[in-house]
Amino acid sequence: MAQQIIAKIISQKEVKPGCFKMALLAPAIAKAACPGQFLHIRCGSSSDPLLRRPVSIHRIDKSSLEILYNVVGRGTEILSKKKPGGSVDIIGPLGNGFNIYENSGSVKMLVAGGMGVAPLLGLSEELKRHKTKSIVILGAKTKNHILCGKEFKKLGAEVYIATEDGSMGKKGLATDLAREIIHSKRYKWHEMCIYAAGPTGMIKTLCKLMEGCSLESQVSLEERMACGLGACLGCAVDTQAGYKRVCKDGPVFKLCDIICE
Amino acid sequence: MRINTKIKIGNIEMKNPVAVASGTFGYGDEFEGLTDIKSLGAIVTKTITLHARVGNKPPRVTETPAGMLNSIGLENPGVERFLKEKMPSLVKFKIPIIVSIAGESTEEYAEIAKRLDSVREIDGIEINISCPNIQTNELIAQNEILTAEVVKSVKSVTKKTVITKLSPNVTNIVSIAKAAESAGTDAISLINTITAMAVDIKTRESRLGNITGGLSGPAIKPIALHMVWKVYRSVGIPIIGMGGIMDWKDALEFILCGAKAVMVGTANFVNPDAAGEIITGIENYLKSARAQDISGLVGKLRV
Ligand SMILES: Cc1cc2nc3c(=O)[nH]c(=O)nc-3n(C[C@H](O)[C@H](O)[C@H](O)COP(=O)(O)OP(=O)(O)OC[C@H]3O[C@@H](n4cnc5c(N)ncnc54)[C@H](O)[C@@H]3O)c2cc1C
Ligand SMILES: Cc1cc2nc3c(=O)[nH]c(=O)nc-3n(C[C@H](O)[C@H](O)[C@H](O)COP(=O)(O)O)c2cc1C
Ligand code: FES
Repeated sequence: MAQQIIAKIISQKEVKPGCFKMALLAPAIAKAACPGQFLHIRCGSSSDPLLRRPVSIHRIDKSSLEILYNVVGRGTEILSKKKPGGSVDIIGPLGNGFNIYENSGSVKMLVAGGMGVAPLLGLSEELKRHKTKSIVILGAKTKNHILCGKEFKKLGAEVYIATEDGSMGKKGLATDLAREIIHSKRYKWHEMCIYAAGPTGMIKTLCKLMEGCSLESQVSLEERMACGLGACLGCAVDTQAGYKRVCKDGPVFKLCDIICE
Repeated sequence: MRINTKIKIGNIEMKNPVAVASGTFGYGDEFEGLTDIKSLGAIVTKTITLHARVGNKPPRVTETPAGMLNSIGLENPGVERFLKEKMPSLVKFKIPIIVSIAGESTEEYAEIAKRLDSVREIDGIEINISCPNIQTNELIAQNEILTAEVVKSVKSVTKKTVITKLSPNVTNIVSIAKAAESAGTDAISLINTITAMAVDIKTRESRLGNITGGLSGPAIKPIALHMVWKVYRSVGIPIIGMGGIMDWKDALEFILCGAKAVMVGTANFVNPDAAGEIITGIENYLKSARAQDISGLVGKLRV
């Protein structure tokens, strides 16, 4: 069950310009959390900005959690100014994370577009604990935007990189690389399963890519949230079964369940 | 000193004057573990319609300075599924349950109310005639005659306490309140959200899929307070005030302006225990002010 706590900030580092990694002391939440779930964070303390901000759980330790986030607006800006020793008001763990048990595939392909990498590192760690091999595809604008490459390699994952400007790895999108690997026949389709997180455009491309093939895919979606708890119905996403709540029914959905027009 | 926070709205006995507002607390279970739901004065459900509604297209929420916009569009499972799937979990909190309803016609309001009237566990019905997020040219709450019609038709089919929720999107809130009162409503709740917009200049699109939405949160509190004050001086029935209540001080402002009870909406999203903290805050205030009874403060604004 989700809890609201005032978590102590263990560390805060700017890992790339505008991108921060923050570690929080939160034993009870860490114990309950699984990869793909998120925290709802009160960035400020006044009524402006008013709402909490959803941020994926990046890594899970025994008593602490890490988040990885980009400064895009006022909420994340305020968060980035907080110092170790200080604290933040968080609710978590929220939502349904990745399901790693249901899938039969023995090879897991993790596709990360930009900040989508955030929930996937924790997943890769969990997969390693289950002695499952992961292939990781990281896509970003330029080489300066590529995150976590080293961490994934340390976990023994096979890492592929795509940048839009070609400054690192292959020139193009993460989904281009995914297509290549899927079609290379290096792995048998039925042995594979895909986990993805990234911008809407990437999810849509992935949707098209997967059309007609029976590959299992789970994707983490984003939508503007108010409550984060499933109460306000603000975070609706269109699925085959009608609107679902990203915060409560997701954020991880089966790719085949969502409508990608 | 013993303090008394009990109040009565129609036949609904509330152990304190703090309820959670429609659409902002789901059906309760979403908040379990994050606040003590049993301690609330009452719970108002998300608005229920006769048939299920899918709601508006996303994005449905966006933030504005000290507030938020929503365009949910009354997504709900419809009255029958509500009774089957949502009532059982609501009942276990053992607090007054107020079911918010909306219809597409006077007859529909009456039909839902009739259906709810036979359910013993329901304490009150809040008539939502003021949702800004459904495709109609005019809200019922913008028209005295229609308001009176709906109230009358609901009252004629139920013995439950009927609360009518008004819209701030009117030129004269008092005339609408009076129309609802003469039609027999037991209480008035106000305000619903204020029709509003927000635009993304990068994409040149509205930030809401439905283009317009309803503004709530601290930004609307001064408007809500004013309306509660005006209506308080013009009607004799209880008023339930809401709009931007974030803490116990806000709640007391509403009570001093004439609200017998308050509802907490957007604050639930920011702090799931907001209503609980408001209840404690009011109790502490009463103790420190050596006031015995919350009712003694209603409408006691010094003028
Ligand atoms: C389930 C979930 C998990 C998330 N996990 C992460 C995470 O791990 N790391 C992370 O950095 N972000 C994550 N996000 C996105 C994060 O919630 C937003 O970046 C944050 O809410 C922005 O708040 P802000 O106040 O800084 O920006 P705002 O002031 O709200 O917005 C500023 C500007 O940024 C734009 N913007 C807002 N959100 C995004 C976005 N997601 N992408 C691009 N532009 C945006 C707005 O349209 C606006 O133009 C997640 C979102 C969801 C729903
Ligand atoms: C996300 C959201 C959904 C709402 N849904 C309903 C609803 O279904 N029925 C209703 O009568 N009011 C609804 N409201 C209005 C609230 O009940 C309340 O009147 C309004 O938000 C003002 O109070 P606040 O500023 O404390 O939120 C909704 C408000 C929000 C923010
Ligand atoms: S954010 Fe409220 S239901 Fe998802």
